[in-house]
Amino acid sequence: MNMITIRDISKSYNELPALKRINLQIDRGELFGVIGPDGAGKTSFFRILATLILPDTGSVEIDGLDGVHDYKKIRKLIGYMPGRFSLYHDLTVKENLLFYASVFAVSLKKNYELIRDIMQPLEPFMQRRAGQLSGGMKQKLALSCALIHRPGLLILDEPTTGVDAVSRSEFWNHLKRLKSYGMTLLVSTPYMDEAARCDRLMLLQEGEVLGVGTPEELLSDYNAAIFTVRAEPWYNLLRAFRQDNRFETVFAFGRSVHISSKDPEWSTSGQIVKAVRTMGFQEVHVEQVAPTIEDCFIRLMTSL
Amino acid sequence: MRFNYTQPIIEVKNLVKKFGSFTANDHLTFTVSRGEVFGFLGANGAGKTTAIRILCGLSKATSGQVFINGVDANTKPERVKKMIGYMSQQFSLYNDLTVEENIRFFGGIYGLSSKEISQRSEQLFKRLEVIDLKNRLIATIPLGWKQKLAFSIAILHRPAVVFLDEPTGGVDPITRRQFWELIYEAGNEGITVFVTTHYMDEAEYCDRVCILAEGVVQAMGTPESLKKKWQVDSVDDLFIQIASGNRLKNA
Repeated sequence: MNMITIRDISKSYNELPALKRINLQIDRGELFGVIGPDGAGKTSFFRILATLILPDTGSVEIDGLDGVHDYKKIRKLIGYMPGRFSLYHDLTVKENLLFYASVFAVSLKKNYELIRDIMQPLEPFMQRRAGQLSGGMKQKLALSCALIHRPGLLILDEPTTGVDAVSRSEFWNHLKRLKSYGMTLLVSTPYMDEAARCDRLMLLQEGEVLGVGTPEELLSDYNAAIFTVRAEPWYNLLRAFRQDNRFETVFAFGRSVHISSKDPEWSTSGQIVKAVRTMGFQEVHVEQVAPTIEDCFIRLMTSL
Repeated sequence: MRFNYTQPIIEVKNLVKKFGSFTANDHLTFTVSRGEVFGFLGANGAGKTTAIRILCGLSKATSGQVFINGVDANTKPERVKKMIGYMSQQFSLYNDLTVEENIRFFGGIYGLSSKEISQRSEQLFKRLEVIDLKNRLIATIPLGWKQKLAFSIAILHRPAVVFLDEPTGGVDPITRRQFWELIYEAGNEGITVFVTTHYMDEAEYCDRVCILAEGVVQAMGTPESLKKKWQVDSVDDLFIQIASGNRLKNA
């Protein structure tokens, strides 16, 4: 059964569209990712689901409850971690936990097993004020507070933005564990490399859905070969590709250039080597590389 | 080769920075060459910001030496500040000034003449193809353009080094890649680029990377050589191995 059903929602601010006719269904127990850059509409989307703002059109249903009429019930069902740190800076770690527990009328003990692993590195700092924690610690406390009432649906708005790669990896491990409790998780991120951690994804750009699917489905839709090409002088190579309109995408990637083409004439390493030699480069190295979610995103962005 | 290893622009020897009993930077030693794109990586709290502040002449080392383009950052920080450019994620363009006014303002701060400012802003508008943004307030232009402008303004005075502290947060992937092309272009023109990032794929874009943990350089080299040496598939894997190894050690 669906945990979330979204029908045709749109949202604008002063006539500036933030979300354009979004339709989506999310299954119970799914770890669902919303991926897009700043300004894509991720936060508006999540705030609508958290019943904090109303869409201009369309409807939202969460666990069979209507987003407008049943908003009070929905709020009890969800845990929401906004993008900006929203705990009380002048309360201690423990006071914040107790406060959130009291708001949802549960005891801290009752669901502690759910957050024990997350809280473990924070336990020596229970008496420290939340405002004085490091970024990674704040993030762990915010997640714990969002989980205190054991929500069926956890909505996390960019929980890993600005966090280093190790903490990000740990954070995704926590989410995976929460999923194993049967929780539905909705997570947004600007880091495309986190896509593989999700069951399914929605790629969002300027309020529009570029694509929805499992990471594998999105990758298999990418129907052009990508090659990494090396030759010196490297910078001249990049310029030469830029001036050549036979290639669909040309991007600098370290000291090599990534190119793709839909033209069957340019679909093997051998053909590319030949082409680059005729551009006047000597030692040419070409290798085919697998597309990433970011490549898919770029492809979908440019085909809008 | 795009850059010349015999022309060091940043020279750091046994740099130590202590805050009380805490050692934020523990005997850092490295050199960065002219035109090189150097990735400075580390987990939050590894000591990156402390080191960058010293390299920029904003803070003094407890011991050790730092030379920027041959100038001692400890004794002549004011001269160092003139030779560098700096851009952070909270880039410091003025929202209530237009694009052109920002260029004039920063050009003036770096001591460029009116004529130089005019010439360079023309070049900048041409290169970024943003002539129509000239009279727009910074507050009203998209994030991606702000970033490209902030970078172009940070190198307006042709510094020897530009420091980029997490410059690409939050932008779409096309803008991010275009931004990296500006970085390469600057490197190609001989500006040394010193960059920190949380995007590990960007670490692969650097000519060399240095991974810091607990104030100590744990690994340094080209992304290719490091991956080979540590037998990992990506800089991301290497980073996680190094940073979490240190965390385990302290657990």
